[in-house]
Amino acid sequence: MSVFQAFKMAIKSILSNKLRSLLTMLGIIIGVTAVISLVALGQGATKSVTEQVRSLGTNLLTVNILGRGSANTMDAGEAAALGEEVEGIQYVAPANTQNATVKFGSSSESVSIVGTNADYAHVREYEVASGRFVAQIDLDVYQKVAVLGYTTATDLFGFADPVGEYVLIQGTRYKVVGVLAEKGSSMTGSNDEVVIIPETSFERLFKTKGVRTIYVQVETTEQMDAVVAGLEKSLSNRFRGNTSSYRVFNQSDALSALTSVSDTLTLALAGIAGISLLVGGIGIMNIMLVSVTERTREIGIRKAIGAKKRDILIQFLIEAIVLSGLGGLLGIGIGVGAAQGASSAFNMDIAFSANVILIAFAFSVGIGVAFGMFPANKAAKLKPIDALRFE
Amino acid sequence: MASKQRASSEALIRIRNLNKIYRMGGETLNALDNVSLTVNEGDFVAIVGPSGSGKSTLMNVIGCLDTPSSGEYWLDGEEISRLRENKLAEIRNRKIGFIFQGFNLLTKLTAIENVELPLVYRGVPAKQRRQQAIEALGKVGLADRVHHRPVELSGGQQQRVAIARALAGNPPILLADEPTGALDTKTGVEVMGFIRELNSLGHTIVLITHDPGISRQARRIVRIQDGRLNEEEAGPE
Repeated sequence: MSVFQAFKMAIKSILSNKLRSLLTMLGIIIGVTAVISLVALGQGATKSVTEQVRSLGTNLLTVNILGRGSANTMDAGEAAALGEEVEGIQYVAPANTQNATVKFGSSSESVSIVGTNADYAHVREYEVASGRFVAQIDLDVYQKVAVLGYTTATDLFGFADPVGEYVLIQGTRYKVVGVLAEKGSSMTGSNDEVVIIPETSFERLFKTKGVRTIYVQVETTEQMDAVVAGLEKSLSNRFRGNTSSYRVFNQSDALSALTSVSDTLTLALAGIAGISLLVGGIGIMNIMLVSVTERTREIGIRKAIGAKKRDILIQFLIEAIVLSGLGGLLGIGIGVGAAQGASSAFNMDIAFSANVILIAFAFSVGIGVAFGMFPANKAAKLKPIDALRFE
Repeated sequence: MASKQRASSEALIRIRNLNKIYRMGGETLNALDNVSLTVNEGDFVAIVGPSGSGKSTLMNVIGCLDTPSSGEYWLDGEEISRLRENKLAEIRNRKIGFIFQGFNLLTKLTAIENVELPLVYRGVPAKQRRQQAIEALGKVGLADRVHHRPVELSGGQQQRVAIARALAGNPPILLADEPTGALDTKTGVEVMGFIRELNSLGHTIVLITHDPGISRQARRIVRIQDGRLNEEEAGPE
């Protein structure tokens, strides 16, 4: 008997008992649905976390100056000079941040003011929508110029073009020379509610000295570790070996930590869903065992007219596989639908991977084989005379 | 060709000193006690006996559904009393056409699918299978009932489907176990007439019954009592 023939028989038998077949498949359907949708949500979470961290900038290192004694900042010029001292640094942007009120005409906004240099735009991946960014010459001559974030610009100016206008920051007039393109928000809050001014002007405006944060962009990912080591060495020299007066924070470390958290989450979800798949498999075995008992006479007849052990085994095994495989396919369809429904209802990110879908399907078929084997073997081992006598 | 010739020169069924012993608790029961029987090609043998006489056991052994405890059983030139289950399944498939008392059709399949079934297990290609099944159904006069299910057929028609199934694979022996047992007298007579007709067409038939009225229609009657076989005079020629 060919396998094709066995498939035809299995499908006929499944169709002749639709309700029971559906109920049998339900366990597998729910299991696969759970696997597909939960993994899609988990991977979606991983993806959005990764994207958020990436949006801070790639190959980015952040140096936080904690200071030693009263010297709790670092001179901006010295900070910028780190770019020359350490090999492999592409951009260095010393930065100070302070919350302040920005006024234009009668409207005012409380935003964070960033005092920095020209590299800041590269490091934080800001695009200039109109006008220009802060330049080195602005720092050199203590220019009172400001670049507005997208949201700040629209809040203050509406649809009018702010470039060339003057705003008041803490009561001091600053000329708007540029507006940034929209960037969206990241873990660190909105990137668009910001006003960027030259670092030197910042120091004068807020009466501070030096910077507490230095953003460093490394040329290639491979150089990250070397640059971290280089930075630590030159910072250690500067702070006379006091390693607690600075922190070099590696973006990719944070990324891998966050990714491993959400990967663990995904794995846990998949594990729970896998258990329900296993329960579904046991359901199939249960029904197949009942089915074998119910069809003892049929098995007897088939054997009497020449079915071999193998033929009966294949018949019942394929029936179990078709049941679980069909359940798997339905589960994949429902799972994809459920994940999409959940993502639009709860505004969650989802990500489907062909691998997970294939594995879920293969697993459900595998469960059909594993849990179909016992009942099928039971059927195949029936003796024809006993089976024929069975009422 | 050679095997065909040998089959015609030798007896189709040759049973020598066959025993079948059941052990129940401490007691042993000789269901078949030193049975010998020869059936030639074209024979129409009736095996009669009351219930408990061992005729069902004999029929199971002849039909290769059960194996004897000792003795020889040659079927169509092959000694089969010691064969394994899979080999026996193959022999049932090729050499024996079963006609059961309770028809034993698969209720979920149509008439033609039932008739095709032995050919499916023989591995006959679909097209040829269909043709042979239609031919067999035509022989029993059910060419117009091909796609009916057993529940849509009368008892007599169901038994004719079962006969068609037995005929489809063209086996050398038809083994009928109380073929009229589940039928009323009139359809029983019809079915028996049909079986006689098959015999006159050259089919070898072994019939098992407890009904003397049925057994008299056979050409040869063999009586079984307490597991022992006695040959009787032939019925009407």
